[in-house]
Amino acid sequence: MAIKSLDELKKIREASLKKVNLRETGEAVGEIPEILVGMATCGIAAGARETFAALLEAIEAEGLEVRLVQVGCLGYCHSEPTVQVNVPGSEPVIYGNVDAAMAKEIVKKHLKDGEMLQDNVLINTFAKA
Amino acid sequence: MSKVRSHILVCGGTGCVASQSEDIIKNLEKEIAKIGYQDEVKVVKTGCFGFCGQGPIVKIQPDNVIYVMVKPEDTEEIVAEHIVKGRKVERLLYDEPVLQQKVEMHHDMPFYKKQYRIALRNCGLINPEDINEYIAFQGYQALGNALTEMTPQETTQIIKDSGLRGRGGGGFPTGLKWELASKSVSDKKYVVCNADEGDPGAFMDRSILEGDPHSVIEAMAVCGYCIGADEGLVYIRAEYPLAIHRLEIALAQAREMGLLGKNIFGTDFSFDIKLKLGAGAFVCGEETALIHSMEGMRGEPTKKPPYPAVEGFNKKPTNVNNVETYANIAPILLKGAEWFSSIGTENSKGTKVFALAGKINNVGLVEVPMGITLREIIYDIGGGIRDGKAFKAVQTGGPSGGVITVADLDTPIDYDNLKAIGSMMGSGGMIVMDEDNCMVNISKFYLDFTKDESCGKCTPCRVGTKRMLEILERITEGEGHPGDIEKLQQLGAAIKDTALCGLGQTAPNPVLSTIHFFREEYEEHINEKYCRTGECKALTKYEIIADKCVGCTACARVCPVGAISGKVKEAHLIDQATCISCGACYDKCRFEAIRRP
Repeated sequence: MAIKSLDELKKIREASLKKVNLRETGEAVGEIPEILVGMATCGIAAGARETFAALLEAIEAEGLEVRLVQVGCLGYCHSEPTVQVNVPGSEPVIYGNVDAAMAKEIVKKHLKDGEMLQDNVLINTFAKA
Repeated sequence: MSKVRSHILVCGGTGCVASQSEDIIKNLEKEIAKIGYQDEVKVVKTGCFGFCGQGPIVKIQPDNVIYVMVKPEDTEEIVAEHIVKGRKVERLLYDEPVLQQKVEMHHDMPFYKKQYRIALRNCGLINPEDINEYIAFQGYQALGNALTEMTPQETTQIIKDSGLRGRGGGGFPTGLKWELASKSVSDKKYVVCNADEGDPGAFMDRSILEGDPHSVIEAMAVCGYCIGADEGLVYIRAEYPLAIHRLEIALAQAREMGLLGKNIFGTDFSFDIKLKLGAGAFVCGEETALIHSMEGMRGEPTKKPPYPAVEGFNKKPTNVNNVETYANIAPILLKGAEWFSSIGTENSKGTKVFALAGKINNVGLVEVPMGITLREIIYDIGGGIRDGKAFKAVQTGGPSGGVITVADLDTPIDYDNLKAIGSMMGSGGMIVMDEDNCMVNISKFYLDFTKDESCGKCTPCRVGTKRMLEILERITEGEGHPGDIEKLQQLGAAIKDTALCGLGQTAPNPVLSTIHFFREEYEEHINEKYCRTGECKALTKYEIIADKCVGCTACARVCPVGAISGKVKEAHLIDQATCISCGACYDKCRFEAIRRP
């Protein structure tokens, strides 16, 4: 579909506003939870593909409704692969050094039981334009 | 979902663990168990907050309250007051030195604003392979506004007023560059994106293209509108396959949505973008060499003028900007020139992305406002030097820049200040070095790189860098002689003055800068044949301290060349003529009986 005016661009934008809120603040009623996996060269080199596959497998095994999204690099090269968990109604949580085993834990504990995991939480340290 | 209603996050970074964060965790768990809240409140150990100066840090979610400099004995109060009664513990909130008021919400904390992301705004937040996500985060709004509501002159004026300068290294004002290209009269013009990131240690352009390719595509279209071009070219190195792949997907999606192609947003403006793959030569980051490479010729620079804005690709007016520069364009148009110029210093506006590498705890990409100090970048954001070693220097500007030392840790970082202290902004690589790095060796490394990457067209660069490298090799091999330092300085000055392009003109910088700040290390190498860090293997001498040696024979057994002799239970001896200074004995000795140079 070709965009031919500013209004048409606006319509596409509004359709996904909830998604924007979920990612930025977690304030998004009615959205389904989301997992973002950092998959730039740095993440992939550290094993993000295996992490992604493990997340997908675990989500299916648990029968959860979760949107799994590949994203770029957050800049935390010291802790790749990184995974961000966005559950509606709570602040997004970023995990670092997530291998396949840890990925399964995240789905089981954080998404299913609402419990954050030990040791690998990273704190977002920037504001953005 | 379980009934967990609150998480207490405690920093488990090295700095905080050193100041008892482990005990804090234990105490918190004990206090919570005492009141029977263990199923509702969970204690979680986190990675480094990057705020080590104020550690240990405790954050309470979902309240988003941060406590600083917490001690194990504070935990009782935190649990009793905050968790049970829901009241904040005032005395542990961050005491902001400037405002003199307690700041509790983590979004309000000035520290967290040390990083401000403009160019990296969407990286890690959107799916780079889905144009709808880019649009959701205000994508293509700037292009739409410019095309439908503003003239090219008005749009260019906003970029000019913002004070944005080229992020590839040169720092030329972007708006002015666009204006020059727009004034050139021609039937055809080009917009070029320089994605030939070649500075060792810098990878911000790759990250932007991999994480947010549309931000560059949108900005190139805006530039095309401003200068009157209908064709864009991205010159990208073939060794960035993922960036190329994502750019191709992004270009196809933009075409499908009508955001590239004919009559964009229903206007007369048409624009499309092609990729040109380069073979990854450092010199091709220089704009004239880049243009020749795109034309299918050897990547060699030519003298300027004529500038590309007058005569560039295929002899037509061409505007060349770096990836990071383009990534700043859309936010400037959406938020205005005033917003952008309110960030940064007088002559350097906005933010800069730096790639932190080397002996630093938090290796990674950071985007900070211009004018921040090196101390803030290294200690507050970077989490300090690895293994608690002493900071020695930072190399900025890669092989074209110089070192920044302890003396300039508090100098605000911007284009002009870096130049004044003998370095340069460059593309933003920051290699952090500690006490174990030899400055002569570092400058040899960079010169070896520029010597390899010299295209060979002009004599000063081709022969000059080779001669300088030979002198440095001699010095590090223990064959330096008096006068070498002066020779390096003389040769360096001559190359700077006479080389054809930026590569040659800046190649001597690492050598000249390290001589300036660490002359005594050069002198030690030359006069005393001594390298204080032990990095120059030819100058290192390992010795056994007879008093401490117990004669366990471990060193003699591990020595690969049999240079260590001695009887069991008697002091051993290293034969210096045979020793190759590998350090194996030093690593093996359990009695600290071997002295490292």
